[in-house]
Amino acid sequence: MSLTLSEVQRIAHLARLEIDEAGAETARRQLNDIFRLIETMQAVNTQGVEPMAHAQDVHQRLREDQVTHTDADGALRDRCLVNAPEAEAGLYLVPKVIE
Amino acid sequence: MIYKSLTELGTALAARKISSVELSRLFLERIRRLNPLLNAFITVDEEKTLAAAKIADERLAAGDAHPLTGIPLAQKDIFCAQGWKTTCGSKMLENFTAPYDATVVERLEREAGMVSLGKANMDEFAMGSSNETSCFGPVSNPWDTTRVPGGSSGGSAAAVAAYLAPAATGTDTGGSIRQPAALCGLTGIKPTYGLVSRYGMIAFASSLDQGGVIAHRAEDCALVLSAMTGFDAKDSTSLDRPAEDHARNLEAPLKGLRIGLPKEFFGEGANAEVMAAVEAAIGQYRKLGAETVEVTLPNSRLAVPAYYVIAPAEASSNLSRFDGVRYGYRAPEYADLTDMYKKSRSQGFGAEVKRRILIGTYVLSHGYYDAYYLQAQRIRRLIAGDFAEAFKVCDVLLGPTSPTTAFKQGEKSADPVEMYLSDIYTIAVNLAGLPGLSLPCGFDAQGLPIGLQLIGNYFEEARILNAAHGFQQATDWHVRQPAMAA
Repeated sequence: MSLTLSEVQRIAHLARLEIDEAGAETARRQLNDIFRLIETMQAVNTQGVEPMAHAQDVHQRLREDQVTHTDADGALRDRCLVNAPEAEAGLYLVPKVIE
Repeated sequence: MIYKSLTELGTALAARKISSVELSRLFLERIRRLNPLLNAFITVDEEKTLAAAKIADERLAAGDAHPLTGIPLAQKDIFCAQGWKTTCGSKMLENFTAPYDATVVERLEREAGMVSLGKANMDEFAMGSSNETSCFGPVSNPWDTTRVPGGSSGGSAAAVAAYLAPAATGTDTGGSIRQPAALCGLTGIKPTYGLVSRYGMIAFASSLDQGGVIAHRAEDCALVLSAMTGFDAKDSTSLDRPAEDHARNLEAPLKGLRIGLPKEFFGEGANAEVMAAVEAAIGQYRKLGAETVEVTLPNSRLAVPAYYVIAPAEASSNLSRFDGVRYGYRAPEYADLTDMYKKSRSQGFGAEVKRRILIGTYVLSHGYYDAYYLQAQRIRRLIAGDFAEAFKVCDVLLGPTSPTTAFKQGEKSADPVEMYLSDIYTIAVNLAGLPGLSLPCGFDAQGLPIGLQLIGNYFEEARILNAAHGFQQATDWHVRQPAMAA
């Protein structure tokens, strides 16, 4: 397998990244090197082997759906919003998305 | 005082021979003097540190202390600590102030009463093996400042090696505690996956990420680890097990310990000086009464390829949260919402992080999922199966931690694949979710430390810590100091 420049640009778009032409060429070369390393696992016969998603075979714990935390004075909200690039009146601001 | 073990520091604090404020000042002063040479810390806040030390002194005076109360430590800057800047080594989070505490911070600082000296430098989002991907600049190795300290917990390791902190937290996704511990002449442990809560620990690859400790001695690691581990309902992968004293087995004799030597760790791959030190360590273990048995991990050569599918896949998903809306960097100029996402992410993430997001996005994309992602997960099971077979005939596995000693800054940064291969001995352990530890076992001709890796079966932290402690009772590699530590 060898990635083309347009494939690199397509992946970048899916990942919401922007790459200029020179950057795409470097990325293409490095990704192809990395995929050459990755492809050594392609030859291994894994038929019948169950994929292992996690280190421990554990299942999601469920709990009662009840309130475990309140933020009546808004202190936690304020500590969170302090990190927002743009916020107003307790809300996050984003560029206009609906005309 | 700064060279003492955590047990000795705890005893001195309990006997009020020194106060936590005085002890913290000793380390803060060293940080002020030596951090400019090392860049081991991203954030230091003396006022916060001394305020915490004062609270620790009050606890000690009131007789309400834990054995670690008042002992300073460095926190890897991947752990959220309320009110502290928490950057994860990234421009993306350069101005992020954590609104809450990670469970690790809550347990070590609020409950055990350890005192944070600051936030340690690290590879950006823990992606790297040399601490050169940090947006706050590279960290230098105290044994030779032209060399890397390893990564991604490179700031943690450099801080402890130069005695800027007696211990530090780290995280290990593919070797990020063990490899820097090896390159800096320290002891570092990554416990069984699920023992240390990931709540408030900024995510890289969630099925692999695990917190742990870097310190000088196995004994130090055991004490801090015991205060860190334990069930946490806030982490959906936390294991519901009773609390454990990981130091309980430290003094057990090593006679009869069955050490497995995986033949794949003793072939080509590591340099001759590293292997000579590892062989000498095996000799030392035999002298202590341990037995050795050759074992095989036939699929271990597939660990790096499988890891570079699984870890980037999980990373690309985890890092999708950085969108320039709720927190993190937002580009100053953009055309519309999609453009804002793209520009914020492209300007906020560094090259290695973007590279891994691209790999992850590709292997998860339509048409490639089965061939890459599922294949890697199947290989992951084969690798875990190899370990299960090996542990039928031995108690611990032993080999090198890293194929080389500390390399020069810039030496591998242009070639990602070469950098990735510096973790060939550590990555399989993360894929299987086993506990692993690195301890110093010698020096090369240039005076650079060499690390020995011990791998245990699930939940056998106490056993590998015992094996490391027994070795450290008979050797002095772990207390050798770099010239700058004096």
